[in-house]
Order: sequence, then C-alpha cells, then structure tokens
Amino acid sequence: MELSGAQILLQSLADEGVEYIFGYPGGAVLHIYDAIFQQEAVKHILVRHEQGATHAADGYARATGKPGVVLVTSGPGATNAVTGIATAYMDSIPMVVISGQVSSPVIGSDAFQEVDMVGITRPCVKHNFLVKDVTKLAETIKKAFYVATTGRPGPVVVDIPKDITAPNITVPYKYPKKIALRSYNPVVNVPKEQIKAAVELLLNANKPMIYSGGGVVLGEASAELTEFTQQLGYPITNTLMGLGSYPATDKQFVGMLGMHGTYEANMAMHESDVIIAIGARFDDRVTGKLDEFCPYAKIIHIDIDPASISKTIKKIAIPIVGDVKPVLKQLLECLKDSKKKPNKKALDAWWQQINEWRSVNSLEYDRNSDLIKPQYVIEQLYQVTKGDAYITSDVGQHQMWAAQYYHFDKPRRWINSGGLGTMGFGLPAAIGVKLAFPDADVACVTGEASIQMCIQELSTALQFKTPVKIINLNNRYMGMVRQWQEFSYECRYSHSYMDTIPDFVKLAEAYGHVGIRIDKPEQVRPALEQAFAMKDRTVFLDIMTDRTENVYPMIEAGKGHHDMKLRVALGTSTDRELA
Amino acid sequence: MMRHIISILIENESGALSRVAGLFSARGYNIESLTVAPTEDPSLSRMTLVTRGSEDIIAQITKQLNKLIDVVKLIDLADSPHIERELMMVKIKTTEQTRNDIRSVVDIFRGRILDVTPSSYVVEMTGSSEKLDAFTAAINHDTIIEVVRSGATGISRGEKGLHL
Repeated sequence: MELSGAQILLQSLADEGVEYIFGYPGGAVLHIYDAIFQQEAVKHILVRHEQGATHAADGYARATGKPGVVLVTSGPGATNAVTGIATAYMDSIPMVVISGQVSSPVIGSDAFQEVDMVGITRPCVKHNFLVKDVTKLAETIKKAFYVATTGRPGPVVVDIPKDITAPNITVPYKYPKKIALRSYNPVVNVPKEQIKAAVELLLNANKPMIYSGGGVVLGEASAELTEFTQQLGYPITNTLMGLGSYPATDKQFVGMLGMHGTYEANMAMHESDVIIAIGARFDDRVTGKLDEFCPYAKIIHIDIDPASISKTIKKIAIPIVGDVKPVLKQLLECLKDSKKKPNKKALDAWWQQINEWRSVNSLEYDRNSDLIKPQYVIEQLYQVTKGDAYITSDVGQHQMWAAQYYHFDKPRRWINSGGLGTMGFGLPAAIGVKLAFPDADVACVTGEASIQMCIQELSTALQFKTPVKIINLNNRYMGMVRQWQEFSYECRYSHSYMDTIPDFVKLAEAYGHVGIRIDKPEQVRPALEQAFAMKDRTVFLDIMTDRTENVYPMIEAGKGHHDMKLRVALGTSTDRELA
Repeated sequence: MMRHIISILIENESGALSRVAGLFSARGYNIESLTVAPTEDPSLSRMTLVTRGSEDIIAQITKQLNKLIDVVKLIDLADSPHIERELMMVKIKTTEQTRNDIRSVVDIFRGRILDVTPSSYVVEMTGSSEKLDAFTAAINHDTIIEVVRSGATGISRGEKGLHL
C-alpha cells in the first residue's frame, strides 16, 4: 500500500488506536488536514487556541491513561502548544504532539512561520523528533508513542516538515507492531533483597507513614496500594497528584500533605520513623524546608525514574527503582510470607497521636458566614455529584480547596496541573475528559482569573457538545497571589485584582451556554443541582465567594512540616479590611 | 568538588549534542570541557564530558544523562583506573634569543613543533589536562599568541570498555 506522508500519519494514528486528535490547522499542516478530511477513524477536535489543544489532550490522557494526541501548525501554532507540553512534562503525562514545520529545503532560512520546535521543546519533552524522510515517518510515530507511554511517561513532539506530508510523494506503508530502541529500556527488575529489606524496615516501624503520589495513578496501581495500606493498617497521605489513588473517605487516609496539606498529615510525616514513598518525588511543595524534612524517618523510595531518587531528599535508606504496580505486588507477596506482623502496640499509640492531630480539625472553616465560603461550594459539589465526578481545576486557591474538600475515592478523577501550575488548564482539560467519558459528570473548578486564560475553549465545548460544568469561585482576586501578599508583603495587593471582570453569565450565553450567577450561600446547592441536571448543556456557575478567604493550613516558604500556619480563629477572615 | 570525566556513548543523531549541553545549562551543572566525535560504528558518537561537583550532583548528572533517550551508555571514568588525554596546540612568539629555551621546554614536555616561522612556533602537545596546564605555565605568558585545546578525552584501563 503506497501512501503519502499525510496519509501515513493518519493511518499510523489509527493503527495506534487513537480516538481523538486535538488541533488547529495552518499552512504547514494543510496536507495533514486534507488527509484528516478524507478519513473517519481519527476524530479531530478543533480547539480555539493551541494551548487549549494540549490541555484538552492532557485531560483526556489523565482521565483515560491513554496518550493524548495534538496536531498544530508550525511557528506560532507550535509555540502556543509549548505551555501545554511543559504542563504534561511536569506531571509525566503521556502525550504525542505533531507539529508542522516549514518545508525541509527552507528550514533555517527564517521562513514564514518557522520556529525551531525541536530546540524550543527540548527541555520540556521526554523526547522529540524531526522527521527528515517520509519512509521513516510511520516508524517515528511508533517510537513517539512507545517513548511517551512507557517508563516514566511524558510528552513527545514529532516535528514534520511540510514536504514530508506532500500528497504527490507516496511510499509503501507499514506500521511496526513493536519497536525497540537500543538506547531506551524502560523495564527494570527489582532485586528481591531490596523488597525484603523494605518490608523488614516497615514491619519494625513504630510510627510508619505511607506517602504516595501521582506515580500510583500513572502506574494504575491503586488497587495494590489500597491492599498494601490496609494490610499494614498504617496511615497514608497523598500528594496533590496522588489524590484518588487511595480512597479519601477511608479512615486510614489522613489527607493531603505539603504546603496546604492537613495538620495530621504533615505532623505525622514530621514525627514518623519510617516513611515509604510510593510514586512520589519529594516535590518542594511537599517537603517544605529540606533540612527539616522528616528528621526522624528512615525512607524507602519507590520510583520508576532513578533520577527522582535522592534528587531533593538525599537520605534514602532503601531506594527501589521500578514500576509501582509490580513493586507493590512484590511487597505484598513478601508481606504475606513474612512471619513478622506490624507492632500493634506501637501502631495503636501512633494512631492515637494522629487522631489527636486530627481533632485540631485543620480544614474547619466558618460555616455561619453570610458570604459564600469557597470550601462550602466544594463540599456541596462533592455531595451533589456523590463524589463521583471528574474534577478538573485551574491553579490557585480554588485548586487547593478542590483538593482539600472533594474527597476523591477513585484515581484519575482529580485532574489538575500540579507540577507546572498552569492557569488555563481546567476548561480545556474538562473538554478532553468529557470526550473520553461522555456520560460522566465533569466539572471544572476554577477562579475568575484562571478561567480567562483559556476562556475561548467555551466555543470548542459548544461545537463538540461537551457539556461540562464550570464552577467559578469568583472572589474578584487572584486569590493565591493575594494570600501571599497578605502574609508576606504586608497586604500590598500589587496587581492581584482586576476591576473589570466580565459578566460571566453574559459571556457564557454569548458562547451559547447557560450562565448562572450565585450571590448567596443558600443558592449554591440548588444551582449545582440545576446545573448537573442539565445533562446536555455546558453551565457556567459564577459564584461570588468571600473575597478574603485564605487557604489553610499553610506551610509558608522555608518552613518545615511541623511549622504550620493554622486558621487562627474561625470567622475572622471576613472582618479584615481589604484594599 | 571532585573532577569527573563522564564518557558517553550516544546516538549519532542531529540534536544529540544539544540535548546533553541543554541538560547541563537547564539544571545548572557546569561543563569544563566537552568533546564529541563519531566512533568506529558511524551510528554512534562518543562524548567525553569533564565536570565538577559533589557526589550528589555527579550522581544526578549521570542519572539525568541516562534519562536522555539518545544516550546509549555512559560511565564515570573517575570511578576506576583510566587514561586521560587532551590535545593542545600553542602558538608562541619567538626570537633568536628565546627559540632554544622554548624548544627545550617543549622537549621536556615531549611536545612537537609543527610550524616554524622566524617569529613563531606552533607546538603540539598531548597529555592529561594538568600536564598541558603545566606547560603553558612554564612558558612566558606574554609570548603565547594563542592556545587551542581539544578538551579531555579518556578511556578506561584494562579489558573492559564502553561499547554496545
């Protein structure tokens, strides 16, 4: 079968099982778009900005575990995609981005819409390719998917010059079934001795902690993690990226840890004597001040990426490089074979201590306020969706509240930009999720600042009928920036507010959706119920929340886990004068 | 801050060098020298990279390098007995009075004179980087017109080698 480069690309994507491709046309990819027009296997989702394409593909990937696929044109199309690529890179999300490039003969001549995409994306991709020969195209696509989805996943860019996809040049097509790269071997076997040593250390612990992260979600190891945790009876905390990998409503779950983690999670980490880190990378938002991180703990660290081990926290007692799922299986097996059992007396005392920390109730907030508390909105969202929705978020206070108050019991339900912290992520990501799961409830928890960064995707949501619910916690501030300015800059609120916020109800309506404004606490619940009842409509809930609310608890920059800022007295935040 | 010589076998692809160089600048590691050339297998390049850092940093550098898809294999030569060589060419101003003195210094360092004019020598020298430093230190600084150094390359001693 002889095909043109453009046809080879589409056929390769089809053979790879790609369902959706998120993209935006332009000069360098016109041959490809012509091939898209003439096939049906791969559905193209036309976004309104290339950043939206990458985030939508990313949301799709996070919700399904399958790689997200993006198609953009050269030059500005390619550079617009970079933020989304970096977002996926920081959170290890499998993604394949096809970018058009100017024709091979003019590369390097500053041609119209030329940019060195391979050079620009090099530091924020797992790998990238420039296709120089149409006969290598199918193989390169196969390599791209292989690299993106194996080992520690990540985005891969394939830059394709226009002449490679030209319709008049055809070559035989064969999509490789399997591919191997001599320089890339993501499979690692974990020596038994290390598993044994880890189990030994865990069973000898008096104050053990299980600290797990996004790797468990990516590695589809939630069931194993849950069994492991419940078999030991040890407390477990999740990172922001790990939420949902262990059921949040289970009694062994002590909440998220880190900068805005619960008091009990952070205190338990601080006092712990043995910590097992599973698919987590000791990110600075988790560790706080490195010198004061878990001073009494011996640490076991399981990670698929050897470079994650001893990167920030150096003192790792037992490093285990491997895929979390098989490693957890090995640990479980070893645990079953072990004659030793957890020290019940010590564990009881440890739980008693943890429950004391729990009783501080660090997530409590003023429930009697006349103003809408953002925490209340999330709690109501949780109830209305029965805790079973896919929640995407943007970045800021609303993101932390969603993480704290929506109790994720299942993996892949919490979809947010944790590593890069990309505002504008939530709406396009929600569209990607909704395409993957048309019957599921999908909500984007956002704020009036974040939502405006990719607001144009409301148009995509209409065109492709992805009825998501936008929960806009509108506090008329860039809340997290304002919070830091309150704590660290003596309330000098430099450019953290806008006094020309659009009328989101009219905006939603202008895009063909439903807009509802909510001013009073008692309106929240009925509005949410109304919104989720409208199954086939995108609904924009513009919720006027308490402008002065802060995210608590908080570990301020440069402090340790035991040094948390708790809400001082309930109900006082609204009394503060804001500029 | 120990000096390490990291020897890398890398796919001979366009952009492979920039991946390595980019990694160092992005993560704030320093490169003292970097040499790269194809090997007997034209699909592979051999890169020798000299860097300094604490044990922790060197460990991170080798892990991060290994993470690059194009990197096939690498070793830190400083971990075991090895031979290090660097090529240097130095252009030196000469006069009738200084010519013999310079020649004897070149002889002591086992260098070779490649080019002679009435007013200059071009001296070729190979050796460890320290030896080359010692030579330039032994020559009157004001007489050095230019110095070209290849950067260090290295190979381990004994039977074992870095190959596919």
